[in-house]
Amino acid sequence: MTDVAVDLARRIEGVLTAHPPETTDRLEFLRARFAAGLAWVHYPEGLGGLGLDARYQPDVDAVFAAAGAPDNRPHGNVIGLGMAAPTVLRYATPEQQQRWIPPLWTGEEIWCQLFSEPGAGSDLAAAGASARRDGDAWVVNGQKVWTSLAHDARWALLLVRTGPTLPKHQGLSYFVLDLTTPGVDVRSLRQLTGEAEFNEVFLDDVRVPDENRLGEIGEGWKVTQATLMNERVAIGGGAGTRESGPIGDVVRLWRESPQARRPENFDALLRLWTDAEALRLTGARLGQQLEVGAPGPEGSGLKLAFAELAQAAASLQLDLLGSEALRYDDWSLRRPDFSSPPDRVAGYWYLRNRANSIEGGTSEIMRNIISERVLGLPSEPRVDTDIPWKDLPK
Amino acid sequence: MSQIPSLLYADVEDDLRRAVRVMLADRAPIEEILDRSDQEDAYGKGARQIWSGLVEELGVAALAVPAELGGAGASWREVAVVLEELGRGVVDVPFFTSAVLATSLAHEAGAIDLLGELATGEAVGAVVASFAAPLVPPEGLTWDGRVVSGTVRTVAGVAEATHLLVPVADALLVVAAEQADALAVPSLDMTRRVADVTFEGVEAAVVAEGPEVVVALARSADLAAALLASEQLGLAERVLELTVDYLKQRRQFGRVLGSYQALKHRLADLWTSVTQARAVARYAAACASATDGPDASDLSVAASLAQAVCGEVALRAAEECLQLHGGIGFTWEHPAHLYVKRARTDALALGTPSWHRRRLADLAGLPHPA
Repeated sequence: MTDVAVDLARRIEGVLTAHPPETTDRLEFLRARFAAGLAWVHYPEGLGGLGLDARYQPDVDAVFAAAGAPDNRPHGNVIGLGMAAPTVLRYATPEQQQRWIPPLWTGEEIWCQLFSEPGAGSDLAAAGASARRDGDAWVVNGQKVWTSLAHDARWALLLVRTGPTLPKHQGLSYFVLDLTTPGVDVRSLRQLTGEAEFNEVFLDDVRVPDENRLGEIGEGWKVTQATLMNERVAIGGGAGTRESGPIGDVVRLWRESPQARRPENFDALLRLWTDAEALRLTGARLGQQLEVGAPGPEGSGLKLAFAELAQAAASLQLDLLGSEALRYDDWSLRRPDFSSPPDRVAGYWYLRNRANSIEGGTSEIMRNIISERVLGLPSEPRVDTDIPWKDLPK
Repeated sequence: MSQIPSLLYADVEDDLRRAVRVMLADRAPIEEILDRSDQEDAYGKGARQIWSGLVEELGVAALAVPAELGGAGASWREVAVVLEELGRGVVDVPFFTSAVLATSLAHEAGAIDLLGELATGEAVGAVVASFAAPLVPPEGLTWDGRVVSGTVRTVAGVAEATHLLVPVADALLVVAAEQADALAVPSLDMTRRVADVTFEGVEAAVVAEGPEVVVALARSADLAAALLASEQLGLAERVLELTVDYLKQRRQFGRVLGSYQALKHRLADLWTSVTQARAVARYAAACASATDGPDASDLSVAASLAQAVCGEVALRAAEECLQLHGGIGFTWEHPAHLYVKRARTDALALGTPSWHRRRLADLAGLPHPA
């Protein structure tokens, strides 16, 4: 073992000895793990880390899991852990980091992002929710949409327009919003699956202190880009075992159910199998690049390809099920539980996976990003970059 | 997390790539390969000099051969890097047929003397089986224990070969190339041509006999399929570059073609596929190089996956290159057709992508439909 690994093992042992998981309150344990710098070892000391390389983290997680320690339920706070924390780490003051990051990691405070609007989807930089300066605070008005977790969240990353007379990219600013502030109204937004996974958030004269601004006034687009790059890594990365992920259900059905083995679907199944394995290896290669500190641009392509695979796998599952695929389990409005993948019928997954190519940047936007930033192709002629936002056709 | 081997390029592999690329830039410009692609004896007209440089100066034929058998004691991973570079330039040298196909078979069958000569370049080998079939003993040959007779059609790399490895039922033979009658035929792939090989009662030396021949052929087939993916990867990368470069300068309707979203999105999809082809080809090369453990035992899956994925990606890349070059891409003077012909042929060589998908079904335990 390396010196680092020995030191980590010693620290883990210290936490487990002082706070035996079986007799320790869940939150108390998580706070102790955070205080010991073992929450995310690549974060700075005092913020749950030890300033180490991120490649040590999977082993730390594995040792805690093997010891029966509780985890911080990461699926219930994906935006906090994956996007808010890196943004706060980069742009917030040390005092704000101390306030926000510990309860973020333990899951005591959930985060969401208030970026998209009904009129600003792929064209996020056209966002129109307004923020007007009033003394030490800003007064925010507008409507945000597609907000996962807003109904559970205490904090939100908020993109607003502070300079409507400037061209659209230059007039945005970025804040952290306390969702308990008067004037915040979170309403469920029902989706085609029947569930309400997302929300609409209405902001009516909501006061946000200027000290909660991340980045300079007018730098909101830059800060948003930093957040979104983390989102795409979070959505696209990682490599499981062979036949894990979206392909798993369909190959299981094929193996276990002779009547599902329709000759006309055999080659489609095998194409999916090879696509899934190619994607798994591509994710592994991206992970290896990150480990040696040389991340490639492959993440954008992975997100795109993963969406296509997940959609095709769910759709093939319906074909293999035949008449059973005509049934649906439950159209009633409910809030999904993110702690584990919901146990739903194939039709649910067919519908839910249609969102994979929309959420977190549509596949069309991903193709623009790849062709412009990776391949260096020019953008389409733009009519909206040099005129004041207020004068854009809406 | 998982036991996936390194899919990155090691420093030594980067160094090797640089050396090969510098040499090929100097000696194998695409214009010259294009010029001689329809000439008889293209090998004598220039490719032989490239081959000498690669083999004698860079020692690329020795890479995968163990040091104690006269080789460089590197691995198939390094061979894969050479193949990427040769694929980029559709270079008309017998590297794949001799340094991969014949060398892997000689190694697996224990043809030690020939292996040493293949490594140094004294010998150039070819395996007498149709290039468009998974590697099995071809039909049409008779072997009576002393002489071999018969004809095998569409064998790759014969014109350049000094030694022919001839698989027959239950034996692997070696024959000096001049003892065979090799009839060069017009070939779909102009930079890796095929010939019909006829033996008229030729005395042959037995390299191996019995079940070990079957084992050697099977493993050699996997190695060759695994490695061919790197040639396909190099080809795909190169034609994507050519297409992107062209679309950056070609103007129609007053705009650079590369600014049209309809075209940009196609290239973004292609780039995404190429990144997957790279991961798959690297995995295949890593499994080919492993001598034991899970990577070695996954070679058959890795090889068929590599052909199912890289065969199609290279072909799509070459076809997109042709299409997006428009009229100029369809001309004889533009090299796009060399890439299309190579990619189309590579997707036939050693089994088509469809064939490899069916094989993966068996390897992965996915039952065929009733």
